[in-house]
Amino acid sequence: MKSIIFRTVAPFLAGLMMLFSIFVLLRGHNEPGGGFIGGLIAVSALAIYGIAHGVETVRRAIFFHPMAIAGAGLFAATVAGLVSIFARVPFMTGLWIYPSVLGVEVPLSTVMLFDTGVYLVVVGAISSIALSLEERGGA
Amino acid sequence: MDAAALTFLALGLPFAAAVVAPALTRLLGGNAAWLLALAPLAIFAHLAGFIPEVAAGEIVTGGYIWIPSFNVSFSWLIDGLSLTFALLISGIGTLIVLYSGGYLKGHPDQGRFFSFILMFMGSMQGLVVSDSFLMLFVFWELTSITSFLLIGFDHSREAARRAALQALVVTGGGGLALLAGLLILWNISGVTQFSLLLSFGDELKQSPFYLAALLLVLGGAFTKSAQFPFHFWLPNAMEAPTPVSAYLHSATMVKAGVYLLMRLNPVLGGTTEWQVLLPLFGVTTLVAGAALAVRQTDLKMMLAYTTMSSLGLLVMLTGLGLPYAIEAAVLYLVAHALFKGALFMVAGIIDHETGTRDLTKLGGLRSAMPLTFVIALAAALSMGGLPPFFGFLAKEEIYAALSGFDRRSMVFAALTILGNGLMFAVGFAIALKPFLGPKVDTPRHAHEAPVLLWIGPAILAAKGLSIALMSGLVHRFVTSPMASAVAGEPRTVTISLAPHIGVPLLLSVVTLAVGVVLFLNLTRLRAAMAVILADIGWGPDRGFDQFIRGLVRFAVAATRRLQGGRLDNYMTVTFLLVATVMLALPLRYGEFPRAPFFPGDVPLHEFAIMAIAVLGLFAVVLAVDRLTAIVSLGIQGFAVAMLFLLYGAPDLAFTQFMIETLSVVVLALVMTRLRLSPSDHRPLRQKLPDFAIALACGMGFGLFLLRVTGVPFDSTLTDFFNLYSKSIAHGANVVNVIIVDFRGTDTLGEIAVVLVAGLSILSLVRLRAGSLRRGETREIAAADANAKEPV
Repeated sequence: MKSIIFRTVAPFLAGLMMLFSIFVLLRGHNEPGGGFIGGLIAVSALAIYGIAHGVETVRRAIFFHPMAIAGAGLFAATVAGLVSIFARVPFMTGLWIYPSVLGVEVPLSTVMLFDTGVYLVVVGAISSIALSLEERGGA
Repeated sequence: MDAAALTFLALGLPFAAAVVAPALTRLLGGNAAWLLALAPLAIFAHLAGFIPEVAAGEIVTGGYIWIPSFNVSFSWLIDGLSLTFALLISGIGTLIVLYSGGYLKGHPDQGRFFSFILMFMGSMQGLVVSDSFLMLFVFWELTSITSFLLIGFDHSREAARRAALQALVVTGGGGLALLAGLLILWNISGVTQFSLLLSFGDELKQSPFYLAALLLVLGGAFTKSAQFPFHFWLPNAMEAPTPVSAYLHSATMVKAGVYLLMRLNPVLGGTTEWQVLLPLFGVTTLVAGAALAVRQTDLKMMLAYTTMSSLGLLVMLTGLGLPYAIEAAVLYLVAHALFKGALFMVAGIIDHETGTRDLTKLGGLRSAMPLTFVIALAAALSMGGLPPFFGFLAKEEIYAALSGFDRRSMVFAALTILGNGLMFAVGFAIALKPFLGPKVDTPRHAHEAPVLLWIGPAILAAKGLSIALMSGLVHRFVTSPMASAVAGEPRTVTISLAPHIGVPLLLSVVTLAVGVVLFLNLTRLRAAMAVILADIGWGPDRGFDQFIRGLVRFAVAATRRLQGGRLDNYMTVTFLLVATVMLALPLRYGEFPRAPFFPGDVPLHEFAIMAIAVLGLFAVVLAVDRLTAIVSLGIQGFAVAMLFLLYGAPDLAFTQFMIETLSVVVLALVMTRLRLSPSDHRPLRQKLPDFAIALACGMGFGLFLLRVTGVPFDSTLTDFFNLYSKSIAHGANVVNVIIVDFRGTDTLGEIAVVLVAGLSILSLVRLRAGSLRRGETREIAAADANAKEPV
């Protein structure tokens, strides 16, 4: 895209949106948000960055192939479900631990891992479609 | 750590080893085998700890709840049957890992090979100790998938790829039949575990669904164990590297079907159907396999066909229902795993050291490879059923089972003698021909194999001798418990090397005589078989190709017919159907909303948002070019999202905003990619029907929603989630808690769908118009080549 304003703002915007997407992912359990929405925000960030600076730049920036990211997400979600076997509770039962980091109690759970998996699948699958469309379509 | 957790770890250990195998191999090369072999060795040691318990008649079960709502557990059942199998798998597995270290030394993908074979080992291990039906099925299909990977290991050759696919289609398809059979068993009995099923008496056999269940289970077992006419994948699977053939196609995977039959013998066996079907298919496979083995000159092919024949023998013995038959099957199974594994590895050594495994191009290797010669001889003696090897005991027991004087026993005895005689001839052809006679020049200069290669077959061959010498001990700890488990009642195996004169020995002598005569006339026999097979011409292997070709042709024709490739046709059909369902069903049942009510107290700003939505719709319909239309569609979507927000569904609104944004971006990109004309050029006579369909759909949905909201709201679910979301799932956002916790399994399925959809769209996007056309011509060329190729 030619617009210089857009080109200048896009990286900052994309970065902020990326941060925001993670924020949305993490707050999801108690406030509006979650893996699906967070993932969609992250995809939009990548799409904006791609439109401004080209697909190659985005691919370099995310380093992994988008489908690999999606695969890792599905793997993480499955693992999150399987952990419960070791606790002798049924598949997909949420498990919680509350370790204290620097004096602050941080709730961690397999549910969190699962939601992160959802996030990664959405990011990977949809951005791989969007990026490949931009690649050919823009040319 | 308790025993159950240790067993669970033992089941998972091969998979863990498979994960580290590639890295370890990169570091150590072929010598990584020494380390990797520790995994199966550890499992063997762990399992060996169960021997005293099982020999005392106990059944070890354990496991974890998996999905209690479906009555599914991850649980194992260790009795005489599964323990013997598991010990064979881990024991021979240890040797196979070592052998692969030598056989594929320096191969660039050796690490991957280790990984595959360890995964296979884990699957097979899981299969034989499974207590729950579902777990058995999962591992059953896993063995099919890992064997697909192993057969196709040399993936640059087309023959290997074809063989891999064929094995997957045949054994995987059989697995589906098995699943159906297991579901029927579940339905009849109400239990999902073998340990519970085995306590059922004749109940299953008297069920009206008995025959259906039996046929489906046999469909699984016969395909896996290469029974005629499903045998053709086994010889083709010899495309795999030799360690695979030695492990999967002699000692373990092909025995999975036999295992299943033995496991179910107490509850399904003993009926007329069982005693007709199993011996019939078994004996046919026995004779056909041995006859086909004679035809071959390739060492591995000869072994493959004799394996098929041995599997037939095992199936026959399992189904005969005569005294001693079960014991004979058990003894022969153990003997076969040992001698056939050893012979396959010997064939691999010969191939590896001389560069050929064609029997007609080998000879005089005894001085160059004395150790291999001794190993081959010991294995062949066991295969031929000669004392003092374990094969002799097995053969005596087989003939003890068949020594009755009724017509059925006599027919089966005669056919078994023929099959065994042929196998005897082939076995000794493999063990003697390459080593005796004048020295023949081979592609590679032959010399003795390195330790990694000979250690495996040497141990197996030595075992074949030592367990025969210590038969009392073996019977007490291994074969008697196994025979008891198969028979479903206590059995004691007693046969030993001590001289015993009787009908069985006489039949053994007859077999020996037949075998020697056949061995001396092997060349003539081979020529005769070649002529017969050429006369028949057609075989199941060709049938498989015809089946696949027919299937593809059918699929192409159906696709052409149903999906012509015009998007607007699909859309028309889809929406026509939607409109019909939405309007016809309420019409049929009189379920239209009573009176379209309109609430009077709508605040102004909500009106405004609705007006924006409607405006957006008009903008879509009236837009001059497509891009404007797409963006206008976004307007409408955003307005709806605003409404969600106002009505207290922030999550939904949030998602809707993002989806609208992304769909505008993606649609715009697709439009540019499709290079459509910027505006809509449909003629009026097409626009009007489209308009009518759209209107009908919209009306249908509108009426439907009005009707649904007209029903008093049932708040059971809402109350439930509000009540428990915070207290048991630790989350205040009910929507998110439902997605990731209460209905997490659904979400898991959904994201898997998202991933698969992403993959398919990606591959579609990558197919450019030009490459599509090129691809078509390539396909046609391939089809032509197939048609010309003599199969």
